[in-house]
Amino acid sequence: MMAVQEQKKEKKEPLFHIVRRTDISTKTKAVIYAIAILAGFLISSLICWAFGEDATPIDFFASMFTGAFGTKRLIWLLLQDMALLLGVSVALVPAFKMKFWNLGGNGQVLMGCLASIFCMFYFGDLNNVILIPLMLVASLAAGVLWAAIPGIFKAYFDTNESLFTLMLNYIAQGLVAMFITIWVKSGSGVLSPLSAGNLPEIGGNRYILIIVVLFLLAGLMYCYLRYTKHGYELTVVGESPNTAKYIGINVKAVIIRTLILSGAIAGLVGFFLAAGINHTVSTASANNMGFTAIMTSWLAGFNPLLMFASCFFITFVNRGMQEVRMNFSFENDSISNIVVGIIYFCVIAVSFFITYQVVFRKNETKTKAKEEN
Amino acid sequence: MDNSTVIELKHITKRFGSKVVANRDVSMDVKRGEILSVLGENGCGKTTLMNMIAGIYYPDEGQIFINGEEVQIHSPGDAFRYKIGMIHQHFKLIDVFSAAENVVLGITDEKYDLNEAKQRITAMAEKYGFHIDCDKKIHEMSVSEKQTVEIVKVLYRGADILILDEPTAVLTPQEIRKLFDVLRAMRSDGKSILIITHKLNEVMEISDRVAVLRKGEHIATVKTSETSESQLTEMMVGEKVELNIDRPLPVDPKTRLEIKGLTVTDITGIKVLDNINFEAKSGEILGIAGIAGSGQRELLEAITGLQKISEGTVTYYHPKKNKPVSFYHKSFKRVSELAAEGAFHTKDGAPVSFEGKSAKEIRDLVDEGEIIFNEDEVIDLRGKSPREIRELGIHLSFVPEDRLGMGLVGNMDIVDNMMLRSYKRGHSITLDRKSPSDLADKIIRELQVATPGSHTSVRKLSGGNVQKVLVGREIAAAPTVLMAAYPVRGLDINSSYMIYNLLTDQKKNGVAVIFVGEDLDVLLALCDRIMVVNGGKVTGTVDARTAKKDEIGLLMTKTEAEGEKA
Repeated sequence: MMAVQEQKKEKKEPLFHIVRRTDISTKTKAVIYAIAILAGFLISSLICWAFGEDATPIDFFASMFTGAFGTKRLIWLLLQDMALLLGVSVALVPAFKMKFWNLGGNGQVLMGCLASIFCMFYFGDLNNVILIPLMLVASLAAGVLWAAIPGIFKAYFDTNESLFTLMLNYIAQGLVAMFITIWVKSGSGVLSPLSAGNLPEIGGNRYILIIVVLFLLAGLMYCYLRYTKHGYELTVVGESPNTAKYIGINVKAVIIRTLILSGAIAGLVGFFLAAGINHTVSTASANNMGFTAIMTSWLAGFNPLLMFASCFFITFVNRGMQEVRMNFSFENDSISNIVVGIIYFCVIAVSFFITYQVVFRKNETKTKAKEEN
Repeated sequence: MDNSTVIELKHITKRFGSKVVANRDVSMDVKRGEILSVLGENGCGKTTLMNMIAGIYYPDEGQIFINGEEVQIHSPGDAFRYKIGMIHQHFKLIDVFSAAENVVLGITDEKYDLNEAKQRITAMAEKYGFHIDCDKKIHEMSVSEKQTVEIVKVLYRGADILILDEPTAVLTPQEIRKLFDVLRAMRSDGKSILIITHKLNEVMEISDRVAVLRKGEHIATVKTSETSESQLTEMMVGEKVELNIDRPLPVDPKTRLEIKGLTVTDITGIKVLDNINFEAKSGEILGIAGIAGSGQRELLEAITGLQKISEGTVTYYHPKKNKPVSFYHKSFKRVSELAAEGAFHTKDGAPVSFEGKSAKEIRDLVDEGEIIFNEDEVIDLRGKSPREIRELGIHLSFVPEDRLGMGLVGNMDIVDNMMLRSYKRGHSITLDRKSPSDLADKIIRELQVATPGSHTSVRKLSGGNVQKVLVGREIAAAPTVLMAAYPVRGLDINSSYMIYNLLTDQKKNGVAVIFVGEDLDVLLALCDRIMVVNGGKVTGTVDARTAKKDEIGLLMTKTEAEGEKA
């Protein structure tokens, strides 16, 4: 019998295997993410060291922080960018919570922008007291339109919302390009900033209004999702459409209603971009926030309060990298994209360790069993 | 015949995640030419253990010996090399292929010759005494025929050790008997058979030895001839269990639901329910028996407004006789209409006439409870959505088969799941979590739900506790009709009996209970009447106090709806 056992060596038992976690504490989760972010920064700093001029990791981190918090103006800009990103995330989150994968944030924001600029261009003679509310209504309506169309199709024909919303992004860009050719007679393709319909400064600060409104909105969205009947209904629809039917929720109405809300908030961000920041529009006005916000809301587990943290983090990396790029003479923008990419990658990659854990096979029992033989 | 050991397991441990130990230090053996039952409650690790022998899982610790030599079984292919074959609970067959094609599918080391295969299969069938039609396509087969194909598939590959995972769960009593005959024939041929089951009577009937598992641990392996059902139960549960179901006679049964000519057609135009007629009465448990997929789910869903009804009526008798009317569930217009039809009397017994009364006077009379129904209200439920039914003040409770996919939301906590039925109440736009929270605490306490707290996601609870939460919520809605589809599926013995008792309590409270079940012994012990369905038709209704198991088994497979005595 021992001889037989010795023959059977061709198949080795595995050293470890991977099993699904049944539960994970918030603390472990936080630690795993912290390690991922740190690893991302470390790898990034090493890459900059390799390719930049004298960019030691210490200089890298110093530049990063200077870029984000160096001056008062930089801090305000950081907060403003963060607020805008938070706004788009807040717009997407109710749809995501409903498992409606809205990839059309860019288009919805852009339509909001375009609607405001449209009003500024054609009704620039009106008093701001009339013009600005008009712009606001137009932007909200445009955002709602761009979100509700795929919503209605999803509700009535079960159309795939991801493709639909994605395609609407291109239509929005096309519309912007078309209006710019109509508006800009010189053919330069760039619409110079318009003076009508600019948002007023509050106490001499042109950032604070946008920041406060969008931060407040995030808080309200948290309450909407957590404490209202609407929020409850959309969560049930997202988690289990069959349960929704079983308890008699009107699934179609919930989908459309939620997308209207989602689009309106995206439209509001577009309004702020047009009236408060750029005063013009281009096909890139949405600054790709529609996609970045997918990342921030996903990282925050679709919790608007945690989105403050994820939006802050992403904005910090983006703004910090602008400084890194200038300080170490990187000639184009790609180094920023590389770093952002590496950090995203690390954060996404560790989700493996959130879902699974590695278990090593123990050998003690095996030896014990052999002794018994 | 030699009684040598063919499989020996030593110190097998298998974990899922960090907390769940599916098997802990299991050591047992299987002998040549024996039928060994692996007995245990759901979730005790029976299937996991067998899957490790069949190469689906790999043990974390411990070793497996086949015929005395240690083996590493990494895949089902490895298992076949050691002549081990497993017949899973969910069949793995290709619907559009014939039986013979399915049997030879995946065999790579011999020439593809269907005719030769058919001969071999026929020879095998003769040897062990089963019937198989080699050319029949799988989708034309009954569950029992499909199971035969699965067994042949394993035998064809030369298996000497067969593992059957709950083979009787989907069979009628007659089919079970046939299967057992086949198993006995295989045993005489020197094959070793492992049967996973939790049905005690079958264990006693078929097996030579019984291995009992509890919470992942091997409690003991005993000779069937030297044990008893009650001893096995005790080993399985870990304590003495009273397996009695109280069945009082129905008190003053009144028709609550009347289903007439109910027909439901699915999207492909097939009648999933065909001309169903029955009544559900208050204070009575009506059992619905049938092979899985005979239309039970569609029937309950049609009653609750989740399925579109193509023909027939669902009439509900609202127990309103001698009860005051209120505006809570009825509009002013509807009350006036009913009054004009003469549906009410006053407290003093006089007929009601609203003629010449102002709207205010009428409202006051109703609000003071002066206006009383003469008779039970008759409401047609056909075409009404679940919400409309609820808004009429009708309490139809429904425990669906798919607990986490329909009855509950897995990722929500217990409190939020309590709210599913009641969250709409009131005009506030915000949710009231206070009363659902109280209800959650009450259900956790009274039904002994094992949970860290009321804010734990129901997905994290075990099957039995999930079911307690769902049944608790549905009973808390104070139903007049309570429908439950397979409410004890996957539950341990204690939880099962708790559910039976809850249903019986509801019956005693005058609720009309409809119980869709699969275990005929339970249906016969719990229900007052049993309606048997097959292929969307009612094939018979029997008195559960006098009916025999075989009688129901025959009705379950009967195709013509003859001799119906509803």
